Amino acid sequence: MKLHEYQAKSIFADAGIPVPDSRLATSVDEALDAVDEIGYPAAIKAQVHVGGRGKAGGIKIATDREEAEEYAEEILGMDLKGYTVDSVLVEAGVDFVDELYVGVTMDRGEGEPVLMVSTEGGVNIEEVAEENPDAIAREHVDPAFGLHPYQARKVVYEAGVDADVALDVASILSTLYDLYEENDASEIEVNPVMITGDRDVVAADAVMNIDEDALFRQPELAEMAEASYEDDLERKAGEYGFDYVRLSGNVGIIGNGAGLVMTTLDLVDYYGGSPANFLDIGGGAKAERVTQALDMVFSDDNVDAVVFNIFGGITRGDEVAKGINEALEQFDEIPKKVVVRLAGTNAEEGMEILNTDLVEVEKTLEDAVQRAVKNAEEVTQ
Amino acid sequence: MSIFVDDDTRVVVQGITGGEGRFHAGQMIEYGTNVVAGAVPGKGGQEVEGVPVYDTVDEAVEAEDADASVIFVPPAFAADAIFESLDTDLDLAVAITEGIPTQDMAKVNKRLSETDTRLLGPNCPGIITPGEAKLGILPGNIFSEGNVGLVSRSGTLTYQVVDNLTERGLGQSTAIGIGGDPIIGTSFIDALEAFEADTDTDAVVMCGEIGGEDEEQAARFIGEHMDTPVAGFIAGRTAPPGKRMGHAGAIVSGSGTGTAQSKIDALNDAGVPVGDTPEEVADHVEDFL
Repeated sequence: MKLHEYQAKSIFADAGIPVPDSRLATSVDEALDAVDEIGYPAAIKAQVHVGGRGKAGGIKIATDREEAEEYAEEILGMDLKGYTVDSVLVEAGVDFVDELYVGVTMDRGEGEPVLMVSTEGGVNIEEVAEENPDAIAREHVDPAFGLHPYQARKVVYEAGVDADVALDVASILSTLYDLYEENDASEIEVNPVMITGDRDVVAADAVMNIDEDALFRQPELAEMAEASYEDDLERKAGEYGFDYVRLSGNVGIIGNGAGLVMTTLDLVDYYGGSPANFLDIGGGAKAERVTQALDMVFSDDNVDAVVFNIFGGITRGDEVAKGINEALEQFDEIPKKVVVRLAGTNAEEGMEILNTDLVEVEKTLEDAVQRAVKNAEEVTQ
Repeated sequence: MSIFVDDDTRVVVQGITGGEGRFHAGQMIEYGTNVVAGAVPGKGGQEVEGVPVYDTVDEAVEAEDADASVIFVPPAFAADAIFESLDTDLDLAVAITEGIPTQDMAKVNKRLSETDTRLLGPNCPGIITPGEAKLGILPGNIFSEGNVGLVSRSGTLTYQVVDNLTERGLGQSTAIGIGGDPIIGTSFIDALEAFEADTDTDAVVMCGEIGGEDEEQAARFIGEHMDTPVAGFIAGRTAPPGKRMGHAGAIVSGSGTGTAQSKIDALNDAGVPVGDTPEEVADHVEDFL
């Protein structure tokens, strides 16, 4: 779960990390009130969950009231990579001479958190990581002991940060690690940390991603969760709590378990069809989940045919069959042909329950996918 | 024959009084697994599926001589349950739980490296040696005894591929789900190493998916250290970059690492044929044997 910059910055500020003075605004009037208080130059920054906001025109620096009004009008309501900008952060401009990158994330290969510092801040750090990995200094942290302050100093010196600000940067990094732990972050970074002519360090941006699996013990962060969806279908998936990704094809796919659903997508493609979505009903799904899943794919106008692929382990075939029946019995006419393949735990019981007047049944994955691809072709012809 | 579990394995089920724990303890027993105890704090003295329940894993191990545990404990308490099994010095702990916070798993992993216990998972379907024992949630009826080892990051994909193998009469020595989370106990390489050393495993299937670099590392291991032939399958060829496909592991980074193609290429370079479909994986295994 991503936090907005203004949310992360308020967490940073509470923890003592220096951030520029700022206000959140949801209208042009509010933005102008904010700049009146903060002064010029002021950055107007779109608060949406997309990377590369600056390049996409979502961040502008206003040097007077006229510009502030123009930029606030321009950015509020704009479409940024598919997301509408509902709010902007109005922030005091920082007069800087240098920019750094600092971050903390989980190194999944090592199974340990890692601190990262680079003097090549202010740019796309992913590109730096790719093209010149040596430009990022790294230090792993034993998750059982936590961070020792010397480690933060070590990595800052290793990165070649100027001596007169090194300890201040190390202190920011230490605080970031504490926040990473306390908030169950999966990633926390500042790009850039700005160094002013007076040799002050300021966190000019703030990225904080939270491990969704840990939200049960982060109730305050869970409240900040703000769904951002590209379309109504993703909104619906969010409400149902499905793992769902919309794709561009016309064969709707429902299955259990990420690996099997991805395989079903791949096979649809392999047999000449085109997947419309990834939809994982998860482990142990009961009848109601199945009904919701069918509602999802039927709501997608792009879908011409559906394949339902269940291999039960913790999921039970009889529950799935019950859900399919319940979902389809509501219709006088079923909107799209559904091919069902049930295997694994209680699959036989499921097959006995399944109303085969409403669905087509195939025994193998390959047959089910090919039949669904054919069904979709018939609709488009 | 088999790796990691057999009909001597004595199992304690952590969380046996919960819905899933109870159901799958029953399924494991029905399959013939030696489920000797349950462990649930506050439920000591009860009996589930004819198995005595103890308050702690320690007590269960002491009383019933257990050497492995299967963990069906909700995510908020799962890391604690794994720690408990590690402190009891079991040979094997299998964590079925999905959704354990990653930072918890980093701590577990650290402790794990200081013990002799083997951890499978979390977020995995478990392990089965057909005809002898199953620890986890795998549907026993699709497996058959044989000489093909299988290791997979995905539960349901494991079932799919096993189904294709069994259908052809290609039985399995042991099938292992290692789990789809970013931080897991047993890796592909650990499992492959054990299969290579197992005289009764004559071919291995490795099922991977997009995300991370575990498959690429496993491919290098196969190229350098394995004589037993391996066939591969990689899920997620059609996954768009940057989108999380289900669990945390299955995400293709924007920069091109961890893609299906990079994994397929690495496996091919190591001499591992990769099937386009699960059916083709079975074809490759058939060619090996």
